[in-house]
Amino acid sequence: MTTLTGSLRRRFLGRPTVAARAQAAVRRPELAEDPAPIDIAPNDPLLAYLQSARGPVDVQALQLDSPALAALKAADVKLAVPLVSQGELIGVLNLGPRRSEQEYSTDDRKLLDNLAAQAAPALRVGQLVRQQEAEARTRERFEQELEVARLIQQNFLPKQLPELTGWHMAAYYRPAREVGGDFYDVIPLPGDQVAFVIGDVTDKGVPAALVMAATRSALRAFAPRLIEPGAVLERANEHLCPDMPEKMFVTCFYGVLEPATGRFRFANAGHDVPYVKTADGAVELRARGMPLGLMAGMSYEQREMVLAHGDSVLLHSDGVVEAHDPQRRMFGFPRLKEAVAAYPGGADVIDLVLTDLLAHTGPGVEQEDDITMVTIQRAPGSTSRLLLDFELPSVEGNERAALDRVGAAVATLLPEARLDRLKTAVGEATMNAMEHGNSYRADVPVCVRVLTEPEAVHVQISDRGGPPSGGPTETPDLEAKLAGLQRPRGWGLFLIKNMVDESREFTEGDLHTLELSMRLGAADDEHPGGTHDD
Amino acid sequence: MTTETAAEVRRRGRVALIDLVGDVNAAAADNLDHAWAEATADGPDAVVLNFAGTGYINSTGIALIVGLLAKARAGGLPIRAFGLSPHYREIFEITRLADFLAITGDEDSAVGAAPRDADSAMGTTGGTSHG
Repeated sequence: MTTLTGSLRRRFLGRPTVAARAQAAVRRPELAEDPAPIDIAPNDPLLAYLQSARGPVDVQALQLDSPALAALKAADVKLAVPLVSQGELIGVLNLGPRRSEQEYSTDDRKLLDNLAAQAAPALRVGQLVRQQEAEARTRERFEQELEVARLIQQNFLPKQLPELTGWHMAAYYRPAREVGGDFYDVIPLPGDQVAFVIGDVTDKGVPAALVMAATRSALRAFAPRLIEPGAVLERANEHLCPDMPEKMFVTCFYGVLEPATGRFRFANAGHDVPYVKTADGAVELRARGMPLGLMAGMSYEQREMVLAHGDSVLLHSDGVVEAHDPQRRMFGFPRLKEAVAAYPGGADVIDLVLTDLLAHTGPGVEQEDDITMVTIQRAPGSTSRLLLDFELPSVEGNERAALDRVGAAVATLLPEARLDRLKTAVGEATMNAMEHGNSYRADVPVCVRVLTEPEAVHVQISDRGGPPSGGPTETPDLEAKLAGLQRPRGWGLFLIKNMVDESREFTEGDLHTLELSMRLGAADDEHPGGTHDD
Repeated sequence: MTTETAAEVRRRGRVALIDLVGDVNAAAADNLDHAWAEATADGPDAVVLNFAGTGYINSTGIALIVGLLAKARAGGLPIRAFGLSPHYREIFEITRLADFLAITGDEDSAVGAAPRDADSAMGTTGGTSHG
């Protein structure tokens, strides 16, 4: 029997074209070196011949215009045994001359034919297992890269939005499975101004995330120095251009808000045009400018508008307008503009758009691209009147003075029972402000303001404790308290919530305010809070 | 202005009464503790809290009353109350103090409440459902 040391490799270049690269390895006993592999090109007629051959093929006798055959002959291959599994040629067993230098007998050929019939399925299984392992490794690498991209992106998004009196801001960011290059940012600027950024990097995954991080850093570096949106984008473009990878660029809208006046200056580097809901409908914030990173020496048009009370700006990424319905129709700019125009105020415009978007795409559909939205809403014009404004030192017992003064100021506005409830809530809120906000430091006063509107009275109690710390407040449970499972105290917030129609907290710098509201004209027996069923 | 709390103890038969006058807040803690000790020293059948003289009860005051309730419960002692304004009666209801402390309209009712009522008022039978 001839020693066969040949191995065979196959490489798939996609079906139905199969390129087989056969390493015809024939080694005579006296030859020590490994034979060179022989490539069989996909169009080599030897492949078709072997595919249809019945049993071992006598290589030296075969006449074909085949480079592979010529190579096999040159390597002194005597027999080529096709390995066929399920009708597909998956390999070739190449045999050199027998040790005895005799010809292969009929029995040899039968034996080799049987061997090939047994070996081919086993080889096929082996090939499939290796192929699946390779695919699994590729998938794992891909998922790891996506995770890295997600981490980079989310690490560079704002952890929280600033709270500005008279303004409401919200942001929504939802990456697609193949993380895109969306980002947004809010940058505090000198003079109480705030910059808002929304952008989108072409490409996806890690490359997009890295460019996004570089863009964000550039904008953050230039924003406080240059302030003006056009100048910031121009400078960022100069900074990004030299190192921008080929075929990548960044679209970016950049706006600067003066909260006190509502003045909003903006420039746009090729990003989707934002909309503003105004009293007259939806308005577009248009300004000309090329995307960042495409070409150096660009200038960016800067424009501005004054956001009136009740106006809402919606910054958005193309994941919104380019979302498809099952018939592959895009959500589109007109529909988004209509949604903004129809926004009635009150709840967040983002929720309105998301509801409309879900109605368009249908439920359970995989999101095609990142979706990012940022809203900047100016509170409706206030018709409130300041009824009372005073300060109290943070000294234990001073809550009595607060509730007495507030009670006297609103005595004619509320029926007796509702007045008592408000007074109790004011007392508790003042105690909390003195104790938890100001740590009972007598020189740090609690500020109390009473405002009236046609429909309601509001009492604002402010301390200097900043945002409340800690997790959710424990709901007092009397049975747990009696059993020693809760401390006896802890009734303050519970009472406040149950005594007034509405309470809300807001913080500006270290000034933390709790606002208590009672509707005017409500009946005496109307229960606020609503957490009990007595 | 804050009014200092007085807590005076008197007795009617086997029932001890604590008359509260002024604000029931953190400043009342010591006086209330002393009054409770005095009221329960000779093992009364029940203790009655008289809120007729109080004008202000805050959350700390409620915590003090919770403390008294816990002591009464531990000793199996019925505890009742009267003299609450409608506003504080409402607060006693939403905090569920009213489930564990029998509230009556006047002193005679509080003193004369049947022991069975008192047991019920102690919450030993429980069962009141609140949202």
